[in-house]
Amino acid sequence: MAYSFDHNRSPLLESEETTEIDLESGKYLKLWQGPQHPGITGNMSVELTVCGDEVVQGKTHVGYLHRGFEKLMERRTFIQCFPIVCRICVPEPDFNEYCYAAAVEELAGIQVPERANWIRTLILEMGRINSFLMYLGGQAGSFGMGVIAQWATYVRDLMLDRFEELTGARIYHMFILPGGVRGGLPEGFETRMGETLQELESTLKDIREVMLQNAVFKKRAIGLGFIDPALFDPYGVTGPNVRAGGLARDIRKDQPYLVYPQLQFDVVVEKDSDAFSRAKVRHREVFQSVDLVRQILAKIPKEGPLMAKIPNVLHWKIPKGETYIRGECSRGEYGYYMVTDGSGYPRRVNVRGPSYTHAMALLERLIVHVNISDVAGLLVSLHIYPPEIER
Amino acid sequence: MKKELEKRTVTGPDGQTFEVEPLIDYYCEAHPTVQPPAYSKIIENLFNWARSESIWILGFGTGCGAIEMRPLMTPRFDAYRYGIQWRPTPRQANLLIISGYLSVKTLKRVIRSYEQMQSPKYVIGLGSCTINGGMYWDSYNTIKRLDDYLPVDLYIVGCMPRPEALLEGFNTLKRMIRAGNAEGANTYAANFDWYKTNQKRVIHDWDMPDYNW
Amino acid sequence: MRVLHAQLGHHFTLGELVQVRADLAFVTLPKEHLRSAVLHLRDICKFSHLVLMTAVDWLEEERFQLTYLLHNREKHWDLGLRVMIPRVASHMESIHDIWPTAATYQRELKEMFGIDFPGSPGVDESFILEGWKEIPPYRRDFDTRHYAEKTFTQREGRKTEDPAKTMKAKLYPDET
Repeated sequence: MAYSFDHNRSPLLESEETTEIDLESGKYLKLWQGPQHPGITGNMSVELTVCGDEVVQGKTHVGYLHRGFEKLMERRTFIQCFPIVCRICVPEPDFNEYCYAAAVEELAGIQVPERANWIRTLILEMGRINSFLMYLGGQAGSFGMGVIAQWATYVRDLMLDRFEELTGARIYHMFILPGGVRGGLPEGFETRMGETLQELESTLKDIREVMLQNAVFKKRAIGLGFIDPALFDPYGVTGPNVRAGGLARDIRKDQPYLVYPQLQFDVVVEKDSDAFSRAKVRHREVFQSVDLVRQILAKIPKEGPLMAKIPNVLHWKIPKGETYIRGECSRGEYGYYMVTDGSGYPRRVNVRGPSYTHAMALLERLIVHVNISDVAGLLVSLHIYPPEIER
Repeated sequence: MKKELEKRTVTGPDGQTFEVEPLIDYYCEAHPTVQPPAYSKIIENLFNWARSESIWILGFGTGCGAIEMRPLMTPRFDAYRYGIQWRPTPRQANLLIISGYLSVKTLKRVIRSYEQMQSPKYVIGLGSCTINGGMYWDSYNTIKRLDDYLPVDLYIVGCMPRPEALLEGFNTLKRMIRAGNAEGANTYAANFDWYKTNQKRVIHDWDMPDYNW
Repeated sequence: MRVLHAQLGHHFTLGELVQVRADLAFVTLPKEHLRSAVLHLRDICKFSHLVLMTAVDWLEEERFQLTYLLHNREKHWDLGLRVMIPRVASHMESIHDIWPTAATYQRELKEMFGIDFPGSPGVDESFILEGWKEIPPYRRDFDTRHYAEKTFTQREGRKTEDPAKTMKAKLYPDET
């Protein structure tokens, strides 16, 4: 009998069915997807138990990228922490810089100049565009459409050029530091950025034609990885994964930070909560970010200080306190929890990456009854970046 | 030792029982051997030329450097024009790129992947953290010197190196292969015990055969 | 927030409310009250989202601080619950049945701090580290630099400069 599974059934919500898996019976097979596997997002692995070509159990294994950041930061001064935080998440490093800087500023009571806030918002939005383009390429690639990955990577490269122009680096920008930003916009940046955005928009339109209206893509993505909205809060789901389920939750609107209150945008919402609506949400959010970048470039103050006065960094001590800073990154809620004890070193920094909840408990639940060939698509559709799980 | 690696009795689907000892039954214990060069210098040069023009990279992103691989695969930088391409399995690849820091847990998987690759094979260490630990010099979970554990042919410095630097690195590797200087696989075979001692000193739960190919 | 704190005070023994921002506050409460307080907050006060759960090692005071950060989706408030537990043979009640995702946090805390959560699924499995033999690495008395120097061979020729001196010369040349 051919494999048939009703994707519309919400996975496992009605009862926690536990299958007794006896590997020696010859009915089941254990299969490792990753860490060395083309169908895995980054360096992590999923241990699958399959029956035929249907997954009956999945288990996420992480820790291949663990560097112990939270420990390393405890033995670095506040300014020494700044260059290492961006290494926590590779495809979208700017959010770490922002959250770290904002946490330090709040605990030390530093007021950031207005112009620096605008530039920070610009960088974060550019970072979101990059991250979504990585996603679009990956999602199409996981369903066998390599061409879209080529297009998306090409326009992402154009965006990296703008990053390079602004910050001097392609991947790790180290631009947002406690107190402000390292520099202003270079001469003619707006014009070149406008050209890049135009190129980006025309490619995005092509991607919509080829990917989101493609019969193969629809056939495979619709119904895949359906998350019941009742699972959102118990499983800590945030970001586009929630917005694809019909809830307009966006930290940029709900708890505005930086200059977001001065920008006009609507929260992107889709309703089906499956891989296809998640792709649609992210595709529309690139357009939203493009629009936001244009608004920022039009409104950004040309003059003004870029750095607040920070104390001598060699003897910089921050009084005892604790705080939590959050922001809406491309994958969901990104946050830093920081505790200081009055010394020159942070007492404890905890990074809350959105993939932490998506890749562990949620994925292990969604992966049941998925066909093996769709596992890669499911992983990408949750937009998992392993480095932020294990830090 | 993991449970599935222990010796046990298995009942097959047709009711037959048989003994399984995975470490002996599933793997070969023979150690690698040094491959002598071809009988004539001209033939060896021809081989080396052919090897240098078909560098196939194992698609294993071990660290953050993997993010610069995608630009290299796409039209902007296009490494394919140098005969370089990415392969999904170690059996088809002959170049292993260690893209950045290597945690101890990944090192174990990297050693397995490396040993499964066909000789002649090459290793490139990418980024400062493979050379001396880079910014993770005091981290408890990343190795500091890659060449203690694998025979490295070439290092590319930077944090992280740009795609242009990578392309230049690939071309240098090609020149090295053509000159007959990239003999990493033979170094590994010749100093096999030394490499294994180093690897086992770091990897505390060694639950795989010494050489698995 | 103050109103909420006063309301909670009727049911539980609460410490003082530390208001960090208008929408973020921390409060300390005893270990025994944590589970019921979390349930009360989730079901009655609509703090339905577990943002994070982590520990802070106060080595000098011989105790761990566990932080449960909860988020109210309607008012967009964050409330951090702090629980102090002793550092020796530390264990805590599991909340994985309230939020399934808490099981992951508890697994990490068990591995990185050595805090036990009896009953939490998979809490004894290794999460990030593999074959770890030392004391849990996030504890303050674990010296990562010493461990790294002992375990891994370093490459000679690495030039180390005192960061304080270099930065002083570069950033504050006229300071004495």
